[in-house]
Amino acid sequence: MGSMNTIKPKTRLSNSNLLFIIAGVIFVLMYGFALISFPGSFMQFQTFFDLFNLNAALIIMTLGLCIVMIVGGIDISIGAVCGLVTMACAMLLESKMGNVWGALLLALGIGIAFGVLQGYLIAYLEIQPFIITLAGLFLAQGLLTTIHKDPINVTMPAFVSLRDFKIVIPWLGTQNRLGNFIPCEIKPGVIVVVALVVLLAALMKWSRFGRNVYAVGGNSQSAMMLGINVKRTIFFTYVICGLTAGISGFVFIMTTGAGNIGNGALFEIKAIASNVIGGTLLNGGVGNLLGSPIGALTLLVINELIRAAGVQSNFQAIVSGLLLYLFIVLQSVVMSLRDRRKFKLALPPWLRLPGKKKAGNQE
Amino acid sequence: MQRLKAQLYQLSYLFLPLSVLVLLIVINLIKGADYFSITMVKGAFYGEIPNILFGASELVILSIGMTLVTAASQGQDIGIGASATITSAVFVLFVLNAGAVNLWTIVLTIVAGFLLSCMAGLVVGAFNGILVSVFKVQPMVATLILFMGGRSIAFMIDGKVSPILANPISNQIGTVINFTINNSKYVVPIQTPIILTAIFIVIVAVVLKKTNLRLYVESVGINPSAARLNGINPKKIIFLTFLIMGVCTAVAGFIAVNKAGRHDSVNLLKFIMMDAILAVAIGGNALSGGKFSITGSIIGAYTIEMLNRTLLRLEVEPAMIKAFKAVFIIILMVIASPVVRVFAKKVLYKAQTIVAGVTVRKTGGPNNAVVSDTDTSGKKEE
Amino acid sequence: MSENILKMEGICKSFPGVKALGNVDFALRKGEIHSLMGENGAGKSTLIKVITGVYEKDAGRITLNGKLIHFKSPQEAQNMGIGTVYQEITLCPNLTVAENMFIGRGRNPFVQWKQMNEKATQLLNSLGIPARPTQELSSCSLAVQQMIAIARAVDMDCKILILDEPTSSLDEDEVNTLFELMRELKARGVGIIFITHFIEQVYKISDRITVLRNGELIGEYETSSLPQIELISKMMGKALDDEAKIKKHVPQKSDSSVPVFEAAALSSATGVRPFDFTIHKGEVNGFAGLIGSGRSESARAIFAADKVTGGEVKMKGKRVKIKAPLNAMKQGIGYLPEDRKGDGIIAELSVRDNIILALQVMKGFFKPFSRKQAEEFADEYIKKLKIKTPSTNTQIKSLSGGNQQKVILARWLLTHPEYLILDEPTRGIDVGTKVEIQKLVLKLAEDGMSLTFISSEIDEMLRTCSRLIVMKDREIVGELSGMNLTEHDVMHVIAQGGE
Repeated sequence: MGSMNTIKPKTRLSNSNLLFIIAGVIFVLMYGFALISFPGSFMQFQTFFDLFNLNAALIIMTLGLCIVMIVGGIDISIGAVCGLVTMACAMLLESKMGNVWGALLLALGIGIAFGVLQGYLIAYLEIQPFIITLAGLFLAQGLLTTIHKDPINVTMPAFVSLRDFKIVIPWLGTQNRLGNFIPCEIKPGVIVVVALVVLLAALMKWSRFGRNVYAVGGNSQSAMMLGINVKRTIFFTYVICGLTAGISGFVFIMTTGAGNIGNGALFEIKAIASNVIGGTLLNGGVGNLLGSPIGALTLLVINELIRAAGVQSNFQAIVSGLLLYLFIVLQSVVMSLRDRRKFKLALPPWLRLPGKKKAGNQE
Repeated sequence: MQRLKAQLYQLSYLFLPLSVLVLLIVINLIKGADYFSITMVKGAFYGEIPNILFGASELVILSIGMTLVTAASQGQDIGIGASATITSAVFVLFVLNAGAVNLWTIVLTIVAGFLLSCMAGLVVGAFNGILVSVFKVQPMVATLILFMGGRSIAFMIDGKVSPILANPISNQIGTVINFTINNSKYVVPIQTPIILTAIFIVIVAVVLKKTNLRLYVESVGINPSAARLNGINPKKIIFLTFLIMGVCTAVAGFIAVNKAGRHDSVNLLKFIMMDAILAVAIGGNALSGGKFSITGSIIGAYTIEMLNRTLLRLEVEPAMIKAFKAVFIIILMVIASPVVRVFAKKVLYKAQTIVAGVTVRKTGGPNNAVVSDTDTSGKKEE
Repeated sequence: MSENILKMEGICKSFPGVKALGNVDFALRKGEIHSLMGENGAGKSTLIKVITGVYEKDAGRITLNGKLIHFKSPQEAQNMGIGTVYQEITLCPNLTVAENMFIGRGRNPFVQWKQMNEKATQLLNSLGIPARPTQELSSCSLAVQQMIAIARAVDMDCKILILDEPTSSLDEDEVNTLFELMRELKARGVGIIFITHFIEQVYKISDRITVLRNGELIGEYETSSLPQIELISKMMGKALDDEAKIKKHVPQKSDSSVPVFEAAALSSATGVRPFDFTIHKGEVNGFAGLIGSGRSESARAIFAADKVTGGEVKMKGKRVKIKAPLNAMKQGIGYLPEDRKGDGIIAELSVRDNIILALQVMKGFFKPFSRKQAEEFADEYIKKLKIKTPSTNTQIKSLSGGNQQKVILARWLLTHPEYLILDEPTRGIDVGTKVEIQKLVLKLAEDGMSLTFISSEIDEMLRTCSRLIVMKDREIVGELSGMNLTEHDVMHVIAQGGE
């Protein structure tokens, strides 16, 4: 064969996997810290399950957003879409024609509509995703307050029974103050979460589409040269994200039972933070779908810790924001250490200034 | 003839805002012919026109700042509402704590408070400016930080309440200046915010005339690397535009809080960033930066104010208005998007070749011809 | 003698107003490494794009293994066995090696990792590439990444492999590794088209060389029978007679005392080796060399257009700090950039604004010229340089290339520099203006200005420069001065340099 140097290098961990492991470790640390600081509440299993029960909607929309972020884009309309869906479904359910399946279809429909519209404008007309999804956010908020201003409590019996449905785990439980044993319960929303995580993770790892998403996120020019239909790939990531936003809206109302103007507000920044903590680089191309729920849980645990420490919930958005920046810096440090490059803030394409021309002409 | 042509050319930039304005006027006149009536109420002008001028005061000032930011850094500042809230919180805090009673000391504290809020504006502007010019973050995302957290910061400055700003001078700043001399009341017929805005516009005009701001900003916006090779430091210019924006937010916040009489950190100038972006775009300025027209933005701002009022007059739900604006912004973005532009160019080129028949260029032989960018888009030259 | 895999005859391709290729022939044999060479605007890139189906030719025929073909898309070309590896690695750094080799191919909606990795291992081994299939691409060195890109092309059963500037970012060892791979492919019968600016490499690896110039075929030669100096002469070619009207040579009076500008060990972030440079009052010097030799980078380093990483400069004997273009300007240096469109004109600004720009910046932020003053300046230079423009207010982008160039020139002349650097001032403009500019350069030198004149047309430099600094492969290899310099002298220095 030739005098080639065929010594193969040891395979090192891929960036995605490394960040995922870091996310997992941090989560365990945070939870451990919580266990130590507030054993009263955190020791109970129900607390752990409640993290899922009460925040299923957030985790679901985080999943869809993760895919969009891996492709190198962003969607900040998801919170508002979620809220819109809750109100729309509530209205439908309370009207004479309402039935649960109809509401579900409506939720999916609204989500897909936003996803398709935004996806088209971003992928095919090449408009910056930030602006489009910001406009989407305002559009959804506007529609939300237009269709109904006051909260709607859904009283439709079929839905209420759905809402109250829970899976009971008989052997895990806690003693309440009266001394009765209350078994742990899992709400149906959690089932949706688990199903989606499995489904989407499989999609990202084993389908051609999933790998294309990673490719486009890594280097969209190269992806095009390699024969991938970049525009179509980007388009579908936004559709999926809109879909999960719709599903999250349905799960939200399934959990709280009411449509409310404030639903879903500021969820998008929590979702972004969750993804970043979970190991998705803002740069795109790096990320693990399994990391998103972990990141979300970490964020929620930290929020709980802060709340238990007596800080106002007003500040949760600020906390999320701060965590986000902390993690971006952390990721950048890790990445640059890996590649022995100069420290560069890992910023995604939609964050950077559109560079017209670089100084330093090559002859 | 040349001069006339040049002047007409300048005016053509204003075509967009003026035509939208005309359209709105027509719609309003249809609704009620008394649109232009101006009456005197309590000694001050009252009517649709003065109301528009009054209502748009903050928007005009913010649009001017937004124009510069957009022109130099090709992006928009979406945190202006929050920034204005922060600066006005500083102002209110100072004035309330100064506790002046006497009329002239009130004036003094207000002036000092105003200057203080301008400094706060510079700080806010510097924060954004560094993110954009040094860290090369897109303006819309850099200013997202203040958009999300700015109002909470203002709330904290307020001491977690909505302080009331009620002193005679503030009242006058918010409405009309009046004074009594020898038992006769004199009222300045034009509302104070309108006057303040006019002064601001004059200052801006002077600055543009007496400095190279326009040349530098436009150069940086059009071609930053060429600007660099001519000795301009694009980073500094971009930073400067954000500082100016910060001052604009301070002035706008000052006017807004004096109008309202209390500092409501949640609702003060809420969503004004959308109006400002629209005003700049309607003013004929490219949202992608480069050449700018302050006049266009000013007209655009008044146009947006008129649009708001017209929509309300047509009984469109206030909540729907937001949706309308979002759609409108999307349409503007679509038109401005690169794909659509290239498509439009192609269509235009085809039309030109059909009309011209033979494409012979007037200026010189083959070496002078322009090769279309789409053909030689390969990065390296041969 | 093996048969031709690819034969192109009489290829013509034009764009609106520009003839990119005129009657070009090109043939590639099976199992040969064929270098395609030519200067800026020669047509190499266009020819490749015609081969790979990016462009459709206007005329000529292309036969692949004897069959007449007509590609309508890059996909078709790829399917017919033509693989291209570009200068910038067109792979995805975040995917694994195996993924990069196989993604975008095949119609299977599911990914079979095990199979893919096995196939990848086979391929890597057969080509001797030191990488594992499960490795992330970004963890491989650039050279290895390049080879993986080539492996992908090979696996797609390419019969023809086009390598576009593959060695620009590689060091010597990596280049050797790449060459090993190329020889392996050659042995398998793949025909390789090798595009590069590095003359030494061409002589090391290729069997035949085809030279293009100004869209025309100059010739096809066996590498072994073409001496370097002849190659260089064919690439540079001869310019038009019109320019012979310029005065043949002017003995420049060099003030032999303190030089106007002096640089010692100047280096910049663009990879130019630290160099020394001096220029005296009234002197015109040139940087000669082929494209890629580093001429522009050196000029830019003087002006601090790129980040200066080392060295010191002196202006009239005094040590000065030039860290940014404004410093250079204030010291009396001017720079007309090579890329007129990207670095020179501010497209939507008026002719007037473009002319006064540099002087205005030097004057300062708070001292704008009055409209009247600006108009006067603009009018003065429009007249002096005979700039054709409808008015001073016209946007510069509507002017022809030649007139745009004159505006940029006016901009710098307005600053009355002591030392003016002109990087390709005559590129892409009509002959008449070319002559004007060269005459102007001589006049300015006569009046005491120092100039650096860089041009791909060596004739122009010979006509105007009293001293030529010769560059090759990003370093200075020699210096020529004297009365009767000829092209031959220059080419000689280039050919000999670096050995």
